[in-house]
Amino acid sequence: MSKDMSYAAVMARKNEIMKKAIGIDYSVFESGGISFDYERMMREAGYTLEEMQQIQAETSVGNTPIVELKNLTALARKLAPKGKGARIFIKDEAANPSGSFKARRAATAIYHAKKHGYKGVVTATSGNYGAAVASQAAKRGLKCIVVQECYDSRMVGQPEILEKQRACEAYGAEVVQLTVGPELFYTFLTLLEETGYFNASLYTPFGIAGVETLGYELAMQFREKIGRDPDKVVITHAGGGNVTGTARGLLKAGAKDVEVVGASVDLSGLHMASDKDFNRKSFTTGHTGFGIPFATWPDRADVPRNAARPLRYLDRYVLVKQGEVFYITEALSVLEGLERGPAGNTSLTAAFALAQEMDMDQIIVVQETEYTGAGKHPLPQLTFAKQNGIEILFGNPDRDEPGKNIIIPAHPSDIKVRDYDIDKARASYIKNCINNYKVTEITKEDFEFLVKDAKTDDSFVESVLAELNVKVK
Amino acid sequence: MISAKKGDWVQIRQIVLKPEERAPQVPEDTKKVPLELWVKGIAQEDAKIGSTVEIITATGRKVKGELTAVNPRYIHDYGDFVPELLKVDMQLKEILFGGDSNE
Repeated sequence: MSKDMSYAAVMARKNEIMKKAIGIDYSVFESGGISFDYERMMREAGYTLEEMQQIQAETSVGNTPIVELKNLTALARKLAPKGKGARIFIKDEAANPSGSFKARRAATAIYHAKKHGYKGVVTATSGNYGAAVASQAAKRGLKCIVVQECYDSRMVGQPEILEKQRACEAYGAEVVQLTVGPELFYTFLTLLEETGYFNASLYTPFGIAGVETLGYELAMQFREKIGRDPDKVVITHAGGGNVTGTARGLLKAGAKDVEVVGASVDLSGLHMASDKDFNRKSFTTGHTGFGIPFATWPDRADVPRNAARPLRYLDRYVLVKQGEVFYITEALSVLEGLERGPAGNTSLTAAFALAQEMDMDQIIVVQETEYTGAGKHPLPQLTFAKQNGIEILFGNPDRDEPGKNIIIPAHPSDIKVRDYDIDKARASYIKNCINNYKVTEITKEDFEFLVKDAKTDDSFVESVLAELNVKVK
Repeated sequence: MISAKKGDWVQIRQIVLKPEERAPQVPEDTKKVPLELWVKGIAQEDAKIGSTVEIITATGRKVKGELTAVNPRYIHDYGDFVPELLKVDMQLKEILFGGDSNE
């Protein structure tokens, strides 16, 4: 008898399909309620730092250089108050195979798939992770399918996603492209079921743990080069894996005093699943459309428990504007001789503004760069924006309206960060937990979990629970 | 009319979900259009654009769909020249290196 392939029937088989495709029994980490044993999951389902360094070295992933951006620092100092202007560094993750830090995540996932006898992998991503999985799968001789949300209903594709398609195909992968919509997950499940391949999810313990080497390496490189840990590390935040993995790696290196800052492009007002809005944004990731939903409800991911839990690690979360990121991308190119981006340039934009708040002897690091090229560069992105009716203006970026215009700063002194209230994100995370589990009472264990998972204190969680009329047993 | 020969590298299209079958949470504009899928592979028979053809994909899957392209071209590029970016470049160099120090 053939299986029922209707949307409802496939979605109902979700847990069964996922269990086969990931090979992790998440139930052993569960408490039966809101809480689960996160650290035990990371320990038992993931790999140790040493194992990951070994796995990544086998496919030439990691050990990327640290570059000091002296001209950009000089520019920041010209604009900063006297005595201010921290030294700005980047970690040149574009040097990884496939051109981004995502190679770290993919390396451990593909190693794991191969070790467990899977013949191939499927991954759902329109971003660099697809190319990273395809590249690592090529190195380890596994088949690879990348499922992309790529086109609007006119079959117009975001140029950056079209470039990712090309890159995945260049690495020998099959690319399945879809129009906009969350039902991508349905197609993803049918492919997992049909092929029996491994789900190379972005959010498994081994995927996230793969990024720990980045944070660890960064701390070690600074100790060797400068003699101390940096003061701030800025991380482009989307799904939360970059923040989580990097911060965990820093902690594993003992770099406990480094401030972890997340940065996203502000795309507020644009609906991520809208056919019309889809091609009205100039950034396909690293934006608030992922950053806020994934911070406030990480378990929305394609695994039962998301190993990326950004609120556990973020000290500060800041937003920058599309026009500012284009400006800084140009600055990196003409002042530093580095054509990179777009992803890392979001955190670089934030770092450029944050450096001006810091003392001159302090250090701020942007922990990633990515390759650039056709489709990904500011030229095709702004061309595409103009074709989609977006106005390109000069002026104050604070006045921008995502989907209507892009405001390039009239002067670099117009570039700044806007703090996103993390307590607001924490409260909304706690509310989402209560709503998703539909409870009026939680256990002591759940309470302690919420305090940790939201990186807050007892009284904060108590006040949010009181607002929701939820009691602790 | 463009047509594919058996053995050509082609792209096909499928309708995955009709508008009325779309998930309840999708926004109104997305609900009005079907969820479409495109995938590439080797044509298993001769076919004309718009007709149904079976392909074998890069991972060896057999998939049927409407033929949309033969030897599909990558269409993304570096776009048009964007004068706004040149203005940024010149401003940056002027602020940092401008004036006497450049002579």
